[in-house]
Amino acid sequence: MPRDKERPSQVLLVATLVCVACALLVSTAVVLLRPIQDRNALLQRQRDILEVAGLFRPGPSVESQFAQVEPHLVDLATGEYVEGADAVRFDIAKGSRDPKASAPVPADSDIAKIHRRPDAMPVFLVRGDAGLETVILPVHGYGLWSTMYAYVALDGRGERVKGVTFYSHAETPGLGAEIENPRWRDSWTGKRLVDDAGEVRFDIAKGTAAPDAADYHVDALSGATLTSNGVENMIHFWLGEQGYGPFLARLRRGGV
Amino acid sequence: MNATHRRTLIEPLIVNNPIIVQILGICSALAITSKLAPSVIMSIALTVVVACSNVAISAIRHHIPNNIRIIVQMTIIASLVIVVDQVLRAYAPEISKQLSVFVGLIITNCIVLGRAEGFAMKNPVWPSFLDGLGQGLGYSLILIALGATRELFGFGTLWGYTILPLQSEGGWYLPNSMMTLAPSAFFLVAMIIWAVRSWKHDQQEQADYTIQSVHRMETQ
Repeated sequence: MPRDKERPSQVLLVATLVCVACALLVSTAVVLLRPIQDRNALLQRQRDILEVAGLFRPGPSVESQFAQVEPHLVDLATGEYVEGADAVRFDIAKGSRDPKASAPVPADSDIAKIHRRPDAMPVFLVRGDAGLETVILPVHGYGLWSTMYAYVALDGRGERVKGVTFYSHAETPGLGAEIENPRWRDSWTGKRLVDDAGEVRFDIAKGTAAPDAADYHVDALSGATLTSNGVENMIHFWLGEQGYGPFLARLRRGGV
Repeated sequence: MNATHRRTLIEPLIVNNPIIVQILGICSALAITSKLAPSVIMSIALTVVVACSNVAISAIRHHIPNNIRIIVQMTIIASLVIVVDQVLRAYAPEISKQLSVFVGLIITNCIVLGRAEGFAMKNPVWPSFLDGLGQGLGYSLILIALGATRELFGFGTLWGYTILPLQSEGGWYLPNSMMTLAPSAFFLVAMIIWAVRSWKHDQQEQADYTIQSVHRMETQ
């Protein structure tokens, strides 16, 4: 028998059987575990949203804490809500590719380099005793290597930043990836992105800004100029007319 | 379990430990042991993979053609690693994120392929299982020792619970930040090897050559 197993037919047979058995094992595991992994991804998203709003408390379940957040899908062109849509499960990357629900961004105004933009994007609102307290906007744009995905939390009038968090990117560790650095993200707190007329004036640059622009200025990350520019462009795109501009105008009128 | 089986299981813990004697699997031992929890999860993952791959390969060892044996072993090991990775993503998402690529890299961990090729191809299923388990536990022992030491002295905590209160939080302990970096694992592994070789003299290797002393008298 020992010579038999070296026959080409035996080699092919063993290789095929091993591959089929392994493929079955792997695909069974992936299919069975997919629902649990999806749930984890959803919980992580809810946690990111709570954290950027400064509401996350360790202890109580993320789902129960997320009950205070009011998700909406906003039609970017009009700033009005899209009724009956599931904003929490909205997948931005998939939504941008959907030929029926997205459109290409004209090259001359595509400063965030996203190529396609979904027609509607999620927003998350938190209301308190004093009315609308926090507005959380998901934004994304191209940095040096990768599309960076972030949440920006604004106060109830959409005026000042309450927090920012980058939840997915592949920038250079130690340089561009410092966008995750809590100290740098804290430097955003209290800054303004948009002036009273609705013009985006936010600026990420080296050094200190002129006194009248200091409110709109965040210091750039050293060694990560292109990533910093990408973040600035991302904010300019998403808070401008192409992005949440119409929704923020509605917010300033008190219509939300 | 007879004496041979017991030796197969016990020997890899210290006497034939994969990390400190065979010097295999060092990469992951440096990379993921800065804290205890990821070390424990990585240990479990590797032990499961090496035990299961040994069983699977041993079970079909008479049917594996010699000239494709390595690729067959790799296919089985890779499939097991993907399954373990998927399970971790489902049930331990936070730690799975911390371990990042290192779970996937179990595929290339020399311990797993070494046991498949060196033991499971030549031995029946039960001893192969014990060998895989023993090697996995030997790896785990060192990983957990490293993880516990590095977390305790690097962060003042164990499994996230404060043991040595940090000065920055009002305690007395100034953390040794070298312990949070990968090189510290090198020093710790070296110290463990030193300790074990002082205890087990037969592990000390003979020098390959001796340095000859220069005969100064002759040059005069």
